[in-house]
Amino acid sequence: MTYNLGLFASWQRVLKRELLLAYKQRNDILTPLIFFIIVISLFPLGIGPEPDTLRTIAPGVIWVAALLATLLSLSRLFNNELHDGTLEQLLLTPQPTSILIFAKITSHWLTTGLPLVLISPLLALSLDMSTTALSYTMLTLLLGTPILSLIGAIGAALTLGLRGGGVLLALLILPLYIPVLIFATGGIIAASNGFSAEGHLSLISAYLIITLIFAPWVTSYALRVSLD
Amino acid sequence: MLQANALAGERAGQRLYSDVSFQLQAGDLLHVSGCNGSGKTTLLRMLCGLTLPAAGEIFWNQKNIASHRDEFNTDLLYIGHRHGMHSDLSGLENLRLSAQQHSSSAMLFSALEDVGLGQHLEKPLRQLSQGQQRRVALARLLLESRKLWILDEPLAALDVDAAEWFSQLLTTHLKRGGMAVVTTHQEASFISHVSINVELS
Repeated sequence: MTYNLGLFASWQRVLKRELLLAYKQRNDILTPLIFFIIVISLFPLGIGPEPDTLRTIAPGVIWVAALLATLLSLSRLFNNELHDGTLEQLLLTPQPTSILIFAKITSHWLTTGLPLVLISPLLALSLDMSTTALSYTMLTLLLGTPILSLIGAIGAALTLGLRGGGVLLALLILPLYIPVLIFATGGIIAASNGFSAEGHLSLISAYLIITLIFAPWVTSYALRVSLD
Repeated sequence: MLQANALAGERAGQRLYSDVSFQLQAGDLLHVSGCNGSGKTTLLRMLCGLTLPAAGEIFWNQKNIASHRDEFNTDLLYIGHRHGMHSDLSGLENLRLSAQQHSSSAMLFSALEDVGLGQHLEKPLRQLSQGQQRRVALARLLLESRKLWILDEPLAALDVDAAEWFSQLLTTHLKRGGMAVVTTHQEASFISHVSINVELS
């Protein structure tokens, strides 16, 4: 008997299963996206429709809404799996757990982060952002939202099955999200003022690479501890 | 060969059992018995490597399972209290996406037919009864040829026919040189094949 599933094949299989599950639970998937749209749409109503004010606050508003929308989606990452026992089965698979976890994180980004990136131009326009600012908003979201999913997975794994885990998760994860928030909004503001945003983008990319390497591995370790 | 040396288990800091040792050879069936709360599930999870022993070690083919996890997992099939199946997916989807070995659709169909779910191939599991969900979980035993089965209350929610079907399957597995660790509270015909009994108190 052979188990010749390669790393890529096992990643692909878990990703396929996760996307199928996401499709079956599509109402849950829409929640963060709708939250993102609602929060951003409320700001012009609350602050008033002056284009100058809106343009100034837009990068911060969009990014803070993206952080909170991601946070809202994180409990979904492992909770159902914990209750139906599929998480145990994941840990008992012959392939390295971190690869399978990486597939789950990929699916989380595809169903949570990517929709935020895609809807962001529309919301940026509603906040009267310039074309430059708009394209940098998309770019920073494209580089930044994977980081949110990766770090979020660590937090979700650590707080799995705890009572009041939601608050703890926010306290644990938000400080790690802050560098992304600062570099991303800094980059958008710099670019829209005619300066180079290269430094900001490099720092976000570096953060992305570090989390790509370490987060799946740390998450699988945290899951073993949580399930013990 | 599965070997346990002086295992001890704890729950919430309280010692449940200690000094549990046994050796399981090809064709052996280990039955773990004990009253509710005596730590049967804890022991089974420990044997899978999901829970770390409070003391003692577990070896699979002379290798400690804690340090040779991937190798051990290749031979292990664990079905716990929770079925380990996604309730939003159908039995067919669950089996196809959980199988380690490539199974053709025909094999998946026949496994589900065998467990008596030929009528409910496409239904999401949450629309099936507890017993039917259990049957889908047990269908994995047909599809994946693993040496060691660790089954926590496999008969829970099963009717008489299904329990008998399971007993036969288990007996065949043992005859082929497989090993199994099982807990159960129900009367079942496979009990006569038990070679080692571990009683937790």
